[in-house]
Amino acid sequence: MHAPLSDLPISFDTASVRAGAVTILDRISLAIAPGAPTLLVGPNGSGKSTLIRLGMGLIEATSGRVLWGGRTRDNGERRAMVFQRPVMLRRTAAANVAYALSSRSTHTQRPGRVEELLNAVGLANLAQRPARRLSGGEQQRLALARALARDPEVLFLDEPTASLDPASTKAVEDIVRATAAAGVKIVMATHDLGQAKRLAGDVVFLVRGRLAEHSPADRFFISPATTEAAAFLRGDLVI
Amino acid sequence: MINRRFLLAATIALATGLSGAAVAQDKSIVVSSTTSTTDSGLFNHILPLFKAKTGIDVKVVSQGTGQALDTGRRGDADVVFVHAKPQEEKFVAEGFGMKRFPVMYNDFVLIGPRSDPAGVKGSKDITDALKKIKAKASPFISRGDKSGTHSAELALWKAAALDVAGADKGDWYKEIGQGMGAALNTASASGGYVLSDRATWLNFKNRGDLDIVVEGDKRLFNQYGVILVSPEKHKHVKKELGQTFIDWLVSPEGQKAIEAYKINGQSLFFANASAPGA
Amino acid sequence: MTEGVSALELVLGGDSKLYSIVWLSLYVSLSAVALAALIGFPLGALIALIRFPGRSLLVVVLNAFMGLPPVVVGLVVFLLLSRSGPLGSLGILFTPRAMIIAQALLVLPIIAALARQTIEDLWDEYRDELTAMRIGPAGRIATLLWDARFSLVTIFLAGFGRAAAEVGAVMIVGGNIDGFTRTMTTAIALETSKGDLPFAMGLGVVLITLVILVNAFAWGVRRYGELRAG
Repeated sequence: MHAPLSDLPISFDTASVRAGAVTILDRISLAIAPGAPTLLVGPNGSGKSTLIRLGMGLIEATSGRVLWGGRTRDNGERRAMVFQRPVMLRRTAAANVAYALSSRSTHTQRPGRVEELLNAVGLANLAQRPARRLSGGEQQRLALARALARDPEVLFLDEPTASLDPASTKAVEDIVRATAAAGVKIVMATHDLGQAKRLAGDVVFLVRGRLAEHSPADRFFISPATTEAAAFLRGDLVI
Repeated sequence: MINRRFLLAATIALATGLSGAAVAQDKSIVVSSTTSTTDSGLFNHILPLFKAKTGIDVKVVSQGTGQALDTGRRGDADVVFVHAKPQEEKFVAEGFGMKRFPVMYNDFVLIGPRSDPAGVKGSKDITDALKKIKAKASPFISRGDKSGTHSAELALWKAAALDVAGADKGDWYKEIGQGMGAALNTASASGGYVLSDRATWLNFKNRGDLDIVVEGDKRLFNQYGVILVSPEKHKHVKKELGQTFIDWLVSPEGQKAIEAYKINGQSLFFANASAPGA
Repeated sequence: MTEGVSALELVLGGDSKLYSIVWLSLYVSLSAVALAALIGFPLGALIALIRFPGRSLLVVVLNAFMGLPPVVVGLVVFLLLSRSGPLGSLGILFTPRAMIIAQALLVLPIIAALARQTIEDLWDEYRDELTAMRIGPAGRIATLLWDARFSLVTIFLAGFGRAAAEVGAVMIVGGNIDGFTRTMTTAIALETSKGDLPFAMGLGVVLITLVILVNAFAWGVRRYGELRAG
């Protein structure tokens, strides 16, 4: 019995994404390694969302390629994603988690797993509530529970707290931190610099679809290598 | 999950299972007849008597004469019971029917508005009345649906030496392509004349201003015949049950039942199964 | 007026003949729509989710067939089921089964076209999540159909409304046989042709009340479901 294949490192090899005449990502070469969370930061429209989708395998590169653990294609079973606006299935919170559990190709279902996951995100007392009637923050936590139900090696998050209030944001960040501590690789896009500072192990900085900088967190925030990064950290508009 | 599967199973059961009961191969035959015969109410009177005696369910599909004979040709009925002798004889001659038995006759009456613009009321001469209607160009409603009544109507125009399809055509002559009830409704609404079988007229409830204007002319008599659909053309025809029905209709018992059907104390049909040349 | 009142008396008095006509109408139309939904919901979902050559043409045709004239459907089914027709050996012409088939065919385009639109709209919303969870084609269809269930109830009712209201198809393939294939609509047609207009109108009121009751029941089911599942 050999260990399942790993998706890490995720390597982008001169990967570009174009839509018609518009270049959304321009020749990105980047390696996402196992370890502490990787945070993607950059101005709006810099391509963070697209890069996440590319790494998740939701879209394909128009040119160049993406490799997961050295493989150019796989079934993506070990990756999960949380979107900025979660879509809840029209059933209870518990049923949503159960759905995610049964969506895995290997259904080794442990009894009580649904309750475990709901507990981990602090929604145990709302298990029987219709998911669509949860608050924004609760829905995002449920989305996290769903993603974790898939037992991922890599968890992608696309600006998950952009629409949430501070209390919900903290709840989500706590779960992300706990998940990272449990050994799951976090790849997360954010426009909130404070959040990036709180969570990042390393930072990927994008500007207009190009990779401007990729450095360990402490170096990025204290002495960024590029002028654009410095301007961004100062709070200037980086056009 | 459970309620979804249950819904699915229940749906399939409903859509297919239950209707099986309705198509059981019991003792029944399909008789194609005409709307005027059914509308007269005759079947409601005689069929229960037949069922009580033989246990056979008679399912009557009522259409226009043309369609009723066509239903027989296609084999969708076991017995044909209409009132259009030339067409019935052709049906047998072409091999679609076994043998034609005369059963009964009723009569047609000319219906018109009480104001009687063509001045035909009380006449005993139908062709004379038709000539007057044409002369005055009073509205006349024709069924125009190839039914027995329609054929009888056309024969009367011919007997009056009028060519309503050609030389004598006009706006006064309106073909509606529908059944007796619809024709009467149209005549009632537009103050026109219409040829109807007496039974439908007696049962008709929307008379408005209409009344009988001409009756009693021998040329207005309407003969009914019954034919078993040929099992040689259609193997599935229930020939024993069908023949039982025909035998009963022409038997003294059946003939008596037919004449016993009355509306307002008046018999509508006159049994003549044994009359020569009927 | 008095005959209209007598129609009401028949209803309140529990006239068995009237009730057997009412029961047949409900049985035929509900069975027909159930059959159409069984085929039409998955069909609509398939067309919504899968791209294939000629898809746009199929969508246009399906939408157009929502307005199929009932008499035409009735005539086609009659020709198929007649003893002289290709399916004559089934021997089901002039029976309720033929009526169910005719109405199911009549209503299938509505069900499939509306289901397609509903599922397509829902797929727009669910695409990211279901793709991220690697749900396959069969799973997508099942999930979308289930999540769209309340809209599907409304679509079912639209189909039922069309089936319960039509007279052309059931008249031709059923034959309006007294006590066997006579439905509310064919009974109304018959009474009208006999000139018994007030009675026909009374039956019409009963039919409309029936349809309202079915809709009210479905609304209740939908409300209850929404409260429970959001």
